[in-house]
Amino acid sequence: MGMTIAEKIIASAAGVETVKPGDIHTVTLDRMMSNDGTTHLTIDMYHQQIKNPSIADPKKLIFIVDHNVPADNPKTAASQKKMRDFAKEHHIDFWEGKGVCHQIMMEHYVCPGELIFGADSHTCTYGALGAFGTGVGCTDFLYGMVTGTSWLLVPETVKFNLTGRLRKGVYPRDLMLHIIGQIGANGVNYQVMEFTGDGAKALSVNDRMVLCNLAVEAGAKSAVFEADETALAWLKERGREPKHVFRSDPDAHYFKEYTFDLDKIEPIVARPDFVDDVIPAREACGIKIDEAFLGSCNNGRIDEMRVAARLLKGRRVADTVRFLIVPASNEVYIQSLEEGLIEIFMEAGAIVMNANCSVCWGSCQGVIGENEVLISTGTRNFKGRAGHPSSKVYLGSAATVTASAIKGVIATENELE
Amino acid sequence: MGAIFKFHNDLDTDQIIASQYLLLPSIDEMKAHAFESLDADFSKKVQPGDFVVGGENFGCGSSREQAPGVLKALGVKGVVAKSFARIFYRNSINIGLPVIICKDLPDQVSTGDTMELFLSEGIIKTGGREYSCTKLPPYMQAILDKGGLIASLNEAETASPAVSKDGGKQ
Repeated sequence: MGMTIAEKIIASAAGVETVKPGDIHTVTLDRMMSNDGTTHLTIDMYHQQIKNPSIADPKKLIFIVDHNVPADNPKTAASQKKMRDFAKEHHIDFWEGKGVCHQIMMEHYVCPGELIFGADSHTCTYGALGAFGTGVGCTDFLYGMVTGTSWLLVPETVKFNLTGRLRKGVYPRDLMLHIIGQIGANGVNYQVMEFTGDGAKALSVNDRMVLCNLAVEAGAKSAVFEADETALAWLKERGREPKHVFRSDPDAHYFKEYTFDLDKIEPIVARPDFVDDVIPAREACGIKIDEAFLGSCNNGRIDEMRVAARLLKGRRVADTVRFLIVPASNEVYIQSLEEGLIEIFMEAGAIVMNANCSVCWGSCQGVIGENEVLISTGTRNFKGRAGHPSSKVYLGSAATVTASAIKGVIATENELE
Repeated sequence: MGAIFKFHNDLDTDQIIASQYLLLPSIDEMKAHAFESLDADFSKKVQPGDFVVGGENFGCGSSREQAPGVLKALGVKGVVAKSFARIFYRNSINIGLPVIICKDLPDQVSTGDTMELFLSEGIIKTGGREYSCTKLPPYMQAILDKGGLIASLNEAETASPAVSKDGGKQ
């Protein structure tokens, strides 16, 4: 029996010839990333609970302060200082205020074939480059930090065969919301989403990140694309080499297979308070909004900045709306500056903020008040996720969010024409 | 015997503990805010030995270990659901909080009912009925038995895992 990409990565990390779903293996981790959402607790546990504290390999660790940047109160500042001091003491790569953790990981670290733990659920993003990334809590992170290893149950893989091409005005974000709507919030619980087919091959690394990033919203443990020439060219531009380029065997076992025809996808929004409660965006048009947010580890890259600028040029954000635009990293920010996008945003009346998780994670600048409505490119629309428990969050593409910011009500790109 | 606090399907980690409390210095300072958006008095009402019951996909969303952490800190003896989101499930085992999959029970109980858990037998008794629930794979049961992943690491005193590589296969 052949193996899937995910199974090959796990077998490689476990030092065994083959693995099969349901097996539990001890794997050696290639990299581990932790952000300010939990690292202060991990550090406390390291000092208080580990009998013989030591770090297996500091070179594999990356700490990133991205959630509350800059710190919004003294307790947050203290938690972040703890992280900063620990990273310095133990010679751990440390990033602060440079962008959202997954964007920084993709820009600077992730290589095809690697097995990466991240103390953040959207670590599955790294599958865009053919790596196995999965989210863990701080106990798992601590164990990996001390031993360099972890236990891993080999997941089933589910194949998502993508055919056709997305139509004009339809984006990977719409595709992924559509897929999650079809399979449900636990549609691939504890499984790996493998995207394949002509439609998948035609997607850019940015597009692949959008799909892999949201896989956890369908319950996935990880998500992966084959590291094809598109991925390898992207990697080469950044001066990196793959660890391994794995392809799924023709006789690999898949738990299930789905086919999605990209030509048939239309703009989609997810309604409050569940990511899988999706409807065609046209059915949500006209709902009044108070705030719009473009950013996050899902949709804050240069592609989305360009979409927003194209729609905002010569137009203005509605007087009744606050439009927050937050590049996913400083690299994206600088690129946006060089292309003149930031100027377009500012002239249109948007609020451009420093690269960080911002309102997507709900405890930063931009949170919304009682009964307010937000349309967001963030990862989640859980109850109260972006502020007051009575507030409402809709999710949509960068185009839908921008068009809505201009109109003051939920709108699609088509309605601007 | 503990009281049941019952919640809905797709109960997400933001409901268990909201983002705005995650950067507080300790789980102890966070625990008063558990389930705050759904039941502001939850942390005052729950007693050590009580149970949380959910539906499908309990604990979906964030990897924040603070979610099972605040439940354990409040003395919740276990979480019973039809199914769990994987990170919450794994985090719970790692910190020594029993998570029990039981397809039939959640629809039959309400908040305020009481139940008794017999973890090693995979049985729950409530309302005069007995429910069988899924037992953990041996590997995970071993972690739970030792009081969590870090306790098992300390016990091993080496860099090897809690049980041997092939000892925990399902």
